[in-house]
Amino acid sequence: MSPQNAEQIDEQNAEQRRFTPTRRAFSMAAVATAGLATLSACAESQRDEDSGGQESGGSGRDTFVFGGSSDPDALDPVFASDGETFRITRQVFEGLVATEPGTTELAPSLATEWSTSEDGLSYTFTLAEGVTFSNGKAFDAAAVVANFDRWYNLRGIAQGEDLAYYYRSIFRGFATNDDASLGTSLYAGSTANSDGTVTVNLTAPFAGFLASLTLPAFAMQDTEAAEAGGGNGSDGSDPRQSDYAIGGIIGTGPFVFDSWERGQQITLKRNEDYWGEKAKVTTAVIRFISDGTARRQALQNGDIDGYDLVAPADVATLQDGGFQIQNRPAFNILYLGINQALPPLNDVRVRQAIAHSIDKEAVIANALPEGTEPATQFMPDNVIGWNENVTTYEYDVAAAQALLAEAGQTGLTIPFNYPTGVSRPYMPNPETIYNAISQQLSAAGITTTPVAEQWSPNYLDTVQGTATHGIHLLGWTGDYNDPDNFIGVFFGAATNEWGFTDQGIFDALATARTVTTEAEQETAYQDINEQIMTLLPGIPVASPVPSLAFAAGVEGYTASPVQDEVWNTVTVADA
Amino acid sequence: MLSLVVRRLGLLVVVLFGLSLLLFAWVRALPGDPARALLGEKATPAGIAAVNERYGFDQPVWQQYLTYLGQIVRGDFGASINTGEPVVTTFFERFPATIELSIAALVLAIALGIPLGYLAARRRGGWLDNIVVGWSLLGVVVPVFFLAVILKYALAIQFGWFPTSGRQNARIDATHITNFYVLDGLLTREWDASWDALVHLVLPALALGSIPLAIIVRITRASVLDVLSDDHVRTAQAKGLPRGVISRRHVLRNALLPVSTTLGLQAGALLSGAVLTETVFSINGIGSYLFDAVTQLDYPVLQGFILFIAVVYALVNLVVDVSYGFIDPRVRVS
Repeated sequence: MSPQNAEQIDEQNAEQRRFTPTRRAFSMAAVATAGLATLSACAESQRDEDSGGQESGGSGRDTFVFGGSSDPDALDPVFASDGETFRITRQVFEGLVATEPGTTELAPSLATEWSTSEDGLSYTFTLAEGVTFSNGKAFDAAAVVANFDRWYNLRGIAQGEDLAYYYRSIFRGFATNDDASLGTSLYAGSTANSDGTVTVNLTAPFAGFLASLTLPAFAMQDTEAAEAGGGNGSDGSDPRQSDYAIGGIIGTGPFVFDSWERGQQITLKRNEDYWGEKAKVTTAVIRFISDGTARRQALQNGDIDGYDLVAPADVATLQDGGFQIQNRPAFNILYLGINQALPPLNDVRVRQAIAHSIDKEAVIANALPEGTEPATQFMPDNVIGWNENVTTYEYDVAAAQALLAEAGQTGLTIPFNYPTGVSRPYMPNPETIYNAISQQLSAAGITTTPVAEQWSPNYLDTVQGTATHGIHLLGWTGDYNDPDNFIGVFFGAATNEWGFTDQGIFDALATARTVTTEAEQETAYQDINEQIMTLLPGIPVASPVPSLAFAAGVEGYTASPVQDEVWNTVTVADA
Repeated sequence: MLSLVVRRLGLLVVVLFGLSLLLFAWVRALPGDPARALLGEKATPAGIAAVNERYGFDQPVWQQYLTYLGQIVRGDFGASINTGEPVVTTFFERFPATIELSIAALVLAIALGIPLGYLAARRRGGWLDNIVVGWSLLGVVVPVFFLAVILKYALAIQFGWFPTSGRQNARIDATHITNFYVLDGLLTREWDASWDALVHLVLPALALGSIPLAIIVRITRASVLDVLSDDHVRTAQAKGLPRGVISRRHVLRNALLPVSTTLGLQAGALLSGAVLTETVFSINGIGSYLFDAVTQLDYPVLQGFILFIAVVYALVNLVVDVSYGFIDPRVRVS
């Protein structure tokens, strides 16, 4: 073969090669198109043409988009204890009792009125008329009984502290306890007197009972739907993962569940047959954005219409940008905890010296949102039993130094634990709060050794699980208007966090829990608050005011101290 | 080829076994108590003990490992401590978001990287070459996280051209079938939903694509330069073949061999970069889920997800090795 021939053949081959892949590409493209077409034929749009997510022209938007910080744990509130879950379930479910918008006062909801027996052991509720669940089933006295019985009869892991948290902490036990640490249940049974009235009996008087029923965990559900959807975990599986709890929930509220894209958003649709004031928007979306800055940016960008837990540093920026800021009445407490197991912190003079060294006003000015009030006791002033005349410790460096000298503790050095990488409603920026307080202590002659730890998972381990920490920052957000939910939690028993044993206080709290009227509660807890502030197990610092932010066009949102915020009154105008 | 695949899959099983042991030890060496992380500041000692008992954390570690191994052999990867969701279900729910983002990033990187690298090599020492080499160095050096934050701040917040977070506008009523949102919109003919998902992908893909882009540019450039000086290219030129034919058949095809190997390795970088990118843009892929699992000490999720990612990484590299055979027939023969 001559070189020229070889060259020609090579070129011919090349021509062929040049075409082959093209043909192959063609056939592959054809197959892909055909495949796509087939898939597409069976993939129908589920878009609802008449009430879809399209913007309605003119009179504002029909979708309200709220920025939450994470997915809910599950949609069944019985098995939840976090605000993100309750934010959603409050739209879908209602309880027998609610709170007046913007306050902690009790208000009628599914029960229009109620009465308590003399001995405080039975509560009779008159139910609202004409209420139906979103599946059309009537809501009546039998449904109330079924709900109480459902909680009472939970078994196995459903009883766990990470599941039926609120039932455990309020009712203290189940029909059959699968956990040795549980006791006799507070619930003694209930009776449907007629369709419209129901009586709930307790085994012991509990002053906080009505207030506790405002908790979203005790909202009324269609128990038959729950049972049918595996929502009781009867087969030993996790009820949060049941068909009911991930998408089958049925309540009486102004919205019904539509869809849940994990990690992204939950969509609720208006309950067209709602018995009360129907929602103004057709769709409510809760968008999950874990980072606070990202939530702010999403609001600024118009991706969302509002969000919760605005960082104090962002308030001014947002206001300047034309956004609305709403302060939620404080229902929390930030405190400086003191561990008496670490000498010399067991000396009350040393604790008093610490208290006198702290300038709460300065801490607030430095590190907490505007509008925050200093705290005098371990609860905010809107809780029953708040004591106006409690012993206080003025900011007085000289007094602090005198007390230290008296206790023989001049030049005292103590470890100071504070968390990093966290923002809680009561503690928006722990690092700044730590700086403010440690500088004040050092001005009074108390040296602190900083112990900074990641909130999750180390911090709580250290301050609640070990006995060697010194002073620390922590706080609490209340769930409902019951003093036991604040000081009962902190000082009801000996713990590693506080490191003291004072049977007088423990007993007083146990007794106060069982009084029957609000008036008795008031006196009992005022007295306990005084006892606590004399013992001074820690320093209550402030009740920071959490803020919500909304786009300019959002109206009708009332911030509630206990986050009892229902969106049926919200409207969104085109901004 | 088949024996290669079989051998590699066999090796994968061994690697996964070793990895499961390492992971198990590493996850348990993380400081903190998962029960406390789960129950938060409202935890009681009894509650913590109950959670530890339920998940078997009160057992000796070796026993926990044997139980775990027994479960994964049966395909049971357990459930998240945090949410109770089965790990496998969550992975497949979340994976499409990460894949969509990674594909978008890779497409962007290839579409820009190969032409740029090629042109830079053809005009070696020219202004384009200088710019490309300079910027690609920057691309390698700048952390994905930083770039993501900057892109978001500049293009989404300052100019408002792109959304700041998520995969789709919450106000769009979109039907989801495959969980690949762009594809879902095309399949259901919800064009606005598809377009919206695409718009949401731009910034994260730019951020995530920056690293493979820079590497593809540099490798393409180096390898094109290398091939350009080869004898067979000079021969082709001497034969008087058209320039286009030389570029395509003789230069690019050979130059792309090292690039394709790099692409396989980049799959790992993409997956780790996705953790940060998804966190910045609040995208519900496996990355952001893993991030949460670390802070929550969600042992089953950490163990399961990292194992799955290892499998994906190994499979991608296997595919790359096999595809090598198609690009370079010499490999197939040997």
